[in-house]
Amino acid sequence: MNRSAIDLWVGIFVTIGLGAILFLGLKVGNLLTLDRTPGYRLDASFDNIGGLKARAPVKAAGVVVGRVESIRLDTKTYEAVVTLRINQDVAFSKDTIASINTSGLLGEVYVGLDAGGDTAVLMNGDRIAKTQSAVVIEKLIGQFLFDKASEGAKK
Amino acid sequence: MSAELATGVFSWLRRLGATVTGAIGKLGYATRFMIAVLLLTHHAFRRLHLTLREIYFAGVLSLVIILMSGLFVGMVLSLQGYEVLNRYGAGEQLGIMVALSLVRELGPVVAGLLFASRAGSAITAEIGLMKTTEQLAAMEMMAVDPVARVVAPRFWGGVISMPLLAALFSAMGIFGAYIVGVRLIGIDAGAFWGQMQAGVSFWPDVTNGIVKSLVFGFAVSLISVFEGYDAKPTAEGVSSATTRTVVISSLAILALDFVMTAFMFRGVGV
Amino acid sequence: MTVPRGKIVAIMGGSGGGKTTILRLIGGQLKPNSGQVLVAGESVPDLEREALYALRRRFGMLFQFGALFTDMSVFENIAFPMREHTELNEELIRDLVLMKLHAVGLRGAAAMMPTELSGGMARRVALARAIALDPMLVMYDEPFAGLDPISLGIIGQLIRRLNDALGTTSVVVTHDVYESLKIVDYMYFVSEGRIIASGTPESVRASTDPFVRQFVDGAPDGPVRFHYPAPPFRTQLLADVS
Repeated sequence: MNRSAIDLWVGIFVTIGLGAILFLGLKVGNLLTLDRTPGYRLDASFDNIGGLKARAPVKAAGVVVGRVESIRLDTKTYEAVVTLRINQDVAFSKDTIASINTSGLLGEVYVGLDAGGDTAVLMNGDRIAKTQSAVVIEKLIGQFLFDKASEGAKK
Repeated sequence: MSAELATGVFSWLRRLGATVTGAIGKLGYATRFMIAVLLLTHHAFRRLHLTLREIYFAGVLSLVIILMSGLFVGMVLSLQGYEVLNRYGAGEQLGIMVALSLVRELGPVVAGLLFASRAGSAITAEIGLMKTTEQLAAMEMMAVDPVARVVAPRFWGGVISMPLLAALFSAMGIFGAYIVGVRLIGIDAGAFWGQMQAGVSFWPDVTNGIVKSLVFGFAVSLISVFEGYDAKPTAEGVSSATTRTVVISSLAILALDFVMTAFMFRGVGV
Repeated sequence: MTVPRGKIVAIMGGSGGGKTTILRLIGGQLKPNSGQVLVAGESVPDLEREALYALRRRFGMLFQFGALFTDMSVFENIAFPMREHTELNEELIRDLVLMKLHAVGLRGAAAMMPTELSGGMARRVALARAIALDPMLVMYDEPFAGLDPISLGIIGQLIRRLNDALGTTSVVVTHDVYESLKIVDYMYFVSEGRIIASGTPESVRASTDPFVRQFVDGAPDGPVRFHYPAPPFRTQLLADVS
């Protein structure tokens, strides 16, 4: 095996190896989408975030416009404070509603934003005023049973 | 206690002590050897053609087994995974499940194990054989350090090849999963790739996978060259050294994998 | 043990007597427990790594069975020390390699791989490699082992002629009495780590020392006993009779 043949094969090997890493980064992972787009931060408080995790998507009308950056507990109000990172080119009005939804029954949990009619927009560091907490199944069932019971009592 | 029993116990204890001190001594020798190899790194890259040659023998010649295994692992993962996911109506999550399994774990680990048994054992056998036929001694007597000329290029050839092979394994696996999931089973291609993109991040998933494969590459290459260099210069010596390389490398990969996984993926999902 | 400059000295003895150990002491691969090893005035065991390597560049060594690098051709094996230790350009190296190969009669085998060579040819190539840098001291570890009669004669002649042509000093470790007597200037007999006898080939041929006589004549029994130590034969045979 002479030297030039070896060099050629090693070159091919390293190229396809790096290509595989690139493939994993771009097509499989979200290398470009995550780090490249500049964005601004918004805060939102929820009574209950359900199964929301960091890096969960933020969607408006079903389109991904950002990511959940961090989640912490406000020890004064005992509410969950979620910091969202929104793409710079998407603006939301001051009366936008942030709600925690699940895509499908067992799908991932994400933050949905419903824009309102206010002409003023949210700036970097603003807090979203209106929020809707996650629907917790147990409470729903409890509510359902309670309603059923009180219905039966009325009859 | 009879005198015979006492002497029996004492000789057993003595042998146990000798084994332990021998093992610790070997560990110390192995550490010194490892430091020597690392300090001689510049030799491997001054004579670049030597290292390139070793990348060829360790990396390029492992391509076939890595690519084929990656393909099959991806396909099987896809088949088995879909069967389970579908029970909970989550069949469309197949892409993200396969991708995460491969990129975080299976890619580095399985590629590492295959690398250890194919390339690692070959390196050990080669160095051991050179020792047996006195080629290493001849080099020493010609005032050429065999660790610099023979060992260091092989070590770095392995370290460079490992992450590339692991990435190729994962990529082939995902391709195999695509073939089975989208083409065979009929999952929507958009859902397959879209969910995957949403769920797999370059940081930390892909990068941790790369870090793991680098660590495995270090470990396997080090073990391979050491066992070859330390082998007894006989046919049985080389053969048992080759076996030891595969066994110890495999155990090291699995143990390091546990340690690194616990470290890396502690906070995810919280 | 003294090896004068420019002479060929043989170290002879039975297997395991310590002959190869002496070569390792000279080359600095082993350190002695007591005593001195002086080469060209330098004490080998006391040398630092750099200095030891510098000394080894002036040595040439022919290993038993050759120890050629199997992944390189014959040409590259001989060019190896030149490429490692000199700054000579490729043209000059090519000429030197061909000269060394010509001296051992194998110029036509330059492109062959070591695995394609016969035992005698491999030995000659290893000899060419040992003298590649015109060393001041050449060591031979069992150069005659396992060779056919023609190759034996060739190697013996080459050792003598190259030693005289290059003006080097040679130390030959061997147990081939016949070939050694033909070419060496002085012989040492070593057994169990001690020098038993020494002398020129003439004095050795005429020696009355029992060990030397047994060795030179190839007698099965003498100071080196035929029977490995064992309990009396009669006792062992009758042992099972109860």
